[in-house]
Amino acid sequence: MRLSWSDPLFRSVVWQTVIVGIVIAIGWYFIRNTADNLAARHIATGFAFLGRAAGIPIGESLLPYNPAVNTYGRALLIGVLNTLQVAVIGVVLATILGTLIGIGRLSRNWLLAKLTAFYVETLRDIPLLLQLLFWYTVLQGLPGPKQSWHLGHVAFLSNRGMRLPEFDWQPAHSWALLAFVVGLIGTLMWNRRAHRQQDVTGVRPAVWPVALALMIGLPVIVWALLGAPFQVELPVLRGFNFQGGGTLSPEYFALMLGLVIYTASYIAEIVRSGIQAIPQGQWEAAGALGLGSGQVLRQIVLPQALRVIIPPMTSQYLNLTKNSSLAVAIGFQDVVSIANTTLNQTGQAIEGIAIIMAVYLTISLTISLFMNWYNARIALLER
Amino acid sequence: MSHATATAEHIPTEARDRPPAGIVGPWAWLRANLLGSWWSTAITLVLGYVIVRVVVSLVAWGVLHAVWSVPYGPTGIADTSACQNAKGYGACWAVLADKYRLILFGRYPYEEQWRPAIVVLLFIGLFIVSGMRRFWRKELVLIWIATLAAVGVLMWGGVFGLSLVTEDYWGGLPITLILATFGLAFSFPLAVLVALGRRSTRLPAVKMLCVLYVEIIRGVPLISVLFMASVMFPLFMPAGVNVDKLLRAQIAFILFAGAYLAEVVRGGLQALPRGQAEAADALGLSYWKKTGLIILPQALRLVIPPLVNTFIGFFKDTSLVLIIGLFDLLTMGKVALSDPPWQSFSTEVYIGLAVIYIAFCFAMSKYSRGLERDLNRSRTR
Repeated sequence: MRLSWSDPLFRSVVWQTVIVGIVIAIGWYFIRNTADNLAARHIATGFAFLGRAAGIPIGESLLPYNPAVNTYGRALLIGVLNTLQVAVIGVVLATILGTLIGIGRLSRNWLLAKLTAFYVETLRDIPLLLQLLFWYTVLQGLPGPKQSWHLGHVAFLSNRGMRLPEFDWQPAHSWALLAFVVGLIGTLMWNRRAHRQQDVTGVRPAVWPVALALMIGLPVIVWALLGAPFQVELPVLRGFNFQGGGTLSPEYFALMLGLVIYTASYIAEIVRSGIQAIPQGQWEAAGALGLGSGQVLRQIVLPQALRVIIPPMTSQYLNLTKNSSLAVAIGFQDVVSIANTTLNQTGQAIEGIAIIMAVYLTISLTISLFMNWYNARIALLER
Repeated sequence: MSHATATAEHIPTEARDRPPAGIVGPWAWLRANLLGSWWSTAITLVLGYVIVRVVVSLVAWGVLHAVWSVPYGPTGIADTSACQNAKGYGACWAVLADKYRLILFGRYPYEEQWRPAIVVLLFIGLFIVSGMRRFWRKELVLIWIATLAAVGVLMWGGVFGLSLVTEDYWGGLPITLILATFGLAFSFPLAVLVALGRRSTRLPAVKMLCVLYVEIIRGVPLISVLFMASVMFPLFMPAGVNVDKLLRAQIAFILFAGAYLAEVVRGGLQALPRGQAEAADALGLSYWKKTGLIILPQALRLVIPPLVNTFIGFFKDTSLVLIIGLFDLLTMGKVALSDPPWQSFSTEVYIGLAVIYIAFCFAMSKYSRGLERDLNRSRTR
């Protein structure tokens, strides 16, 4: 390296030193100011507050929780679990609804095509927050438990949320679930064997009897051997509220409605453009080979369409996860809501926001890593 | 072809030119598009029934039984008993008639509300001018600077005989448009720099900074960036320095939008054939000349449609400032609903707000799709 401006290496070192220096200087300035401000307000930095009793009442929690005893750390953990639960269920439901609507837009039926197009065009253009507030007020405006809407006296929808029958989970069910997983692995192995055999002999052994026996038969046998327990607790109206059964709170229900309906409008467009990206000739060629329309869709069109669909779908899944943070506006206690309460109570603003950001960064990175792995698996292998 | 010409002599011209019956006409259209098969017919019947039922009840609710205005009591408080009586089967549009000024312009002094009204028109004019391809020149930057300056003068006042209105009194649609448009105007140069930095090969440290910035911002929800602006930012400033809440939210928006726009711009840079840069290098152009004269003018043209789509997203995302307590359009809707007589008519207000958002977003997305078609046509030709 020559110490001359005409040397590219010298220039690059100077430029980088200047730019990184400026960034560090600004960062240092902020840190110094923050330290001074915190000292003036007598706020201790650090995450020690996570060990203190929280005192935040939490309505919905996947873990046992008592505000008087349990800590901020546990409250935040519950928030993270709530966020994850909303994200996972929301992604599944939005994918199902979005795929149906996307296929509906391609329907030859004019009415269905126009109706789904109308759905996409309007719901995509209304801010999600407005939709959430709307659904929340709609749910709050429902009649009370005594006049609730019901479905055969089994599921009730009232201004207290949705009340559903609850399944009494017993060890036998866990064993049956385990048997199902074992059966699933066995079926996959059998499927690979069938593939190999097809490659060698050209004849594909039937897979479905094995799948049926392993994935349905095995769990049922396990469940029957353990006494076949089956009990469902129905919600019953007692006094002014329901007893028994499981509850979906209005907050959770509104959040899920808004997220799924909004995200589905984006997913529908992705699915539609993915299917349209496959040239008509692919359908025709597969038909000429004598494949049935189901086979064409599964083995010719979908594998190609998925290559177009997966990358934008990944970003929609990420968007849904990040958008679930709007729960704070309608009072569902996800991680943002609980962290927000925590930082208001303790004054630990920096730590609270750092926790929110760390949680979402971890979720985002995990989803994109998984989807990238999946995308690489189905990507076109160019030989 | 030859077959057609051979038989043409025998068929009278009129009959030959007329398409066979059953391919055209309303009945044929029905058969092809609504009653194609049993399955299609069933869908048509079920959907048709549902749509007719929904439309009939919506018309009954929104038009026939709707209450359009209510009388006011001696103290100026609205008497909403007509609305209360109609509740459940008739809409109460009177709430919009009573509150539209508050929702659109917030707490801006009532007599001065022509100023935010002009601001809204200025923004719409700016969008239309930016959309016209004959203005896609360097002068567009000047138009933007002039319009944004005019917006500032109109909103604040204090000069040209306009009374001073501080940002505490701003609200409604102008705030939504300001956050989105100023956000775009300031984040765009930032995004171009970050996109260039992310693609640079000579400056690994700068590249790493850019990657970190983009990936961190894109990995966290907007609400956490807004929280950062409203809660953490005051701690960053030396004691005694107070930055206005609106400005803080605006900075958060610029930082947030910058990361997303940087990815859009990077897409344009990547789509440009490498030969362009190599040719510029061969001509001996410096980095900045190459970038400013060859690369960016072509790359930015490519990214205009995705840019518009990103902007639509920001426009909707501005509603999130509700959570940190700024008075944008959505917040003003909620404020209007906090007035006791109108508390139970949220559906009507939310529908009114949705119509405004849809009007803006639909116009922009329609434009962006048309543009995409045009640009693709010129590329494929």
